[in-house]
Amino acid sequence: MAVTSIQPNYSGPFRDRVENFHGNQLVYVHWEGHLNFCSAIALALPPEMPFRTLAEEVIAGLYGSDPQWASVDLSRARWMLDGVDWNPVPERPIGEQQVGHKSLIRFWTDPVENTRG
Amino acid sequence: MNAKKLTLKQKYIQSTRGLDWEYSYHSKEEIFPYAEYEGIKIHDWDAWEDPFKLTMDSYWRFQAEKERKLYAVIDSVAQNSGQLGVTDARYFNAVKLFIQGVTPLEYQAHRHFAHLARHLPGAGLRVAAQMQSIDELRHAQTQIHTISHYNKFFDGMHDFAHMHDRLWYLSVPKSFFDDATSAGPFEFMTAISFAFEYVLTNLLFVPFMSGAAFNGDLATVTFGFSAQSDESRHMTLGLEAVRFMLEQDEANVPIVQRWLDKWFWRGYRLLSLVGMMMDYMLPKKIMSWAEAWEMYYEEAGGALFADLARYGIREPKYAGVAKAEKDHLTHQVWTVFYNYTHAAALHTWDIDDQHMDWLSEKYPNSFDRIYRPRYLAWRKQAAEGKRFYNNGLPQLCQVCQIPMAFTEPGDPSTVSFRVSEYAGDKFHTCSDGCKDIFDYEPEKYVQAWLPVHQIFQGNCGGATIPEVLDWYHLKEGVDNLDYAGSPEQAMWNNWMVGRRGSDNLDTKTAAK
Repeated sequence: MAVTSIQPNYSGPFRDRVENFHGNQLVYVHWEGHLNFCSAIALALPPEMPFRTLAEEVIAGLYGSDPQWASVDLSRARWMLDGVDWNPVPERPIGEQQVGHKSLIRFWTDPVENTRG
Repeated sequence: MNAKKLTLKQKYIQSTRGLDWEYSYHSKEEIFPYAEYEGIKIHDWDAWEDPFKLTMDSYWRFQAEKERKLYAVIDSVAQNSGQLGVTDARYFNAVKLFIQGVTPLEYQAHRHFAHLARHLPGAGLRVAAQMQSIDELRHAQTQIHTISHYNKFFDGMHDFAHMHDRLWYLSVPKSFFDDATSAGPFEFMTAISFAFEYVLTNLLFVPFMSGAAFNGDLATVTFGFSAQSDESRHMTLGLEAVRFMLEQDEANVPIVQRWLDKWFWRGYRLLSLVGMMMDYMLPKKIMSWAEAWEMYYEEAGGALFADLARYGIREPKYAGVAKAEKDHLTHQVWTVFYNYTHAAALHTWDIDDQHMDWLSEKYPNSFDRIYRPRYLAWRKQAAEGKRFYNNGLPQLCQVCQIPMAFTEPGDPSTVSFRVSEYAGDKFHTCSDGCKDIFDYEPEKYVQAWLPVHQIFQGNCGGATIPEVLDWYHLKEGVDNLDYAGSPEQAMWNNWMVGRRGSDNLDTKTAAK
């Protein structure tokens, strides 16, 4: 019984099926250790997007407003995809590197220094 | 006619349960279709003890008296420009949060108690639900009337009901109540009457009503007094309903326990918005969120659950997590609002040094270490003309719908991420509390209308922020953005120049 319902075997609409996103899929990114950005950021991205575009354009565009971003070297970042260590290949599309609908990408750029909480 | 005068008790019985009758034309199951599917077993509806002996005629009399007093005060506040007497215009952001987030819930409560007044099989309980339904409608109306005076001058209140249905932070209270009204009658009573109105109610009303009193908002205080005797009736009803279920059948105990675990957590998450208001929006503070939580939940709630232990009920499952989060909760929610003030129908602002010192005193374990440096960095950015706004949209919890900003209990530097797999999709939640709720009824929460995902699906007016704000009915540059530089600040300062002297004005501005 997946819901307490007056109708036996009631099933509701899945509001966020990947088909509803016009060819994109939801991806969440989170810059660890920089909680002035209150939470992970939600994005709707085409699975064909190369990882390099995600990192250098999308992610840099989101976090560039932080004064500390200027000193970040993303090529040395540690990445985690859906709870598992991840070594993305820059040229390959994210969809071919296990990034699926509603995947969570976390990354660390300064494992030791964490002044901002 | 030689009718003997009825005693009070007889009169009460005649005009409540005496109005019920035996049904001969349909079965009880057909007349009360919602009574059994939740698994709650009631053997004897007559064992229900009415917690308050109130008949309709005396109900009307009491309420009419309260209304006369309230509307006299509302008139007087309007005639004497009561808005000028509050501590600071920032205070009205608490009022905005109230009219946008709480008043629509009063109306939803009105509707659903009317539903219970029809669908509960016991006549005593139906009468109580009917009175509460009318109370809730009265609360919605009197709140709208009280606050309508402030709407003449201040921003963000002009379309609260529309905003309640659409804005990202208002989906938090809306989805909370939708969850309750789409549950069965017994879960609703446990959720709203007991968990919310009995266990957690002081954490809603004390911050808003004492906040109003401390900050010179006479109209809202009077509304609070006018609602108080109703609220104490609602609380008593909640406690009695839970006791009744527990006493009727032992098989009810685990069901009620699961509901208590769920609705404690949902209520607590919802109250994080109120806690933020307490710690950040009231120019003159009442007490901190942490102090309120200790007084109203840890002490009072502890005694309550000790009392319910004889039925086999224990404290809600994640009460310990709430305790562990207490030093961080409101700062993290303020961070959310500061990040996304450009998409909110209220303002946030730089926290001044005096306010920071107060926070530091109230939160010695967390504030200076984590949150003061964050706010100082934001102050610096604002001073350089780059007031910080988050350019992305937040990841939301599938259950409470709050941006996933809460950190691991015991580790304030790491966000608490939880994920469930259901029917081939991932569902992200902010905590073990929300994850448990999802996992027990995934078929319910896969339907969640998450504002951020809806924007990406193209259901919110368009793909750009201005289009979405339009669809929210939010006036760009007026209802939203930092208080510094807002039309509201300019208006307030103009008013105050002649009244409090220009030295006392806050003329700080920030780039947008």
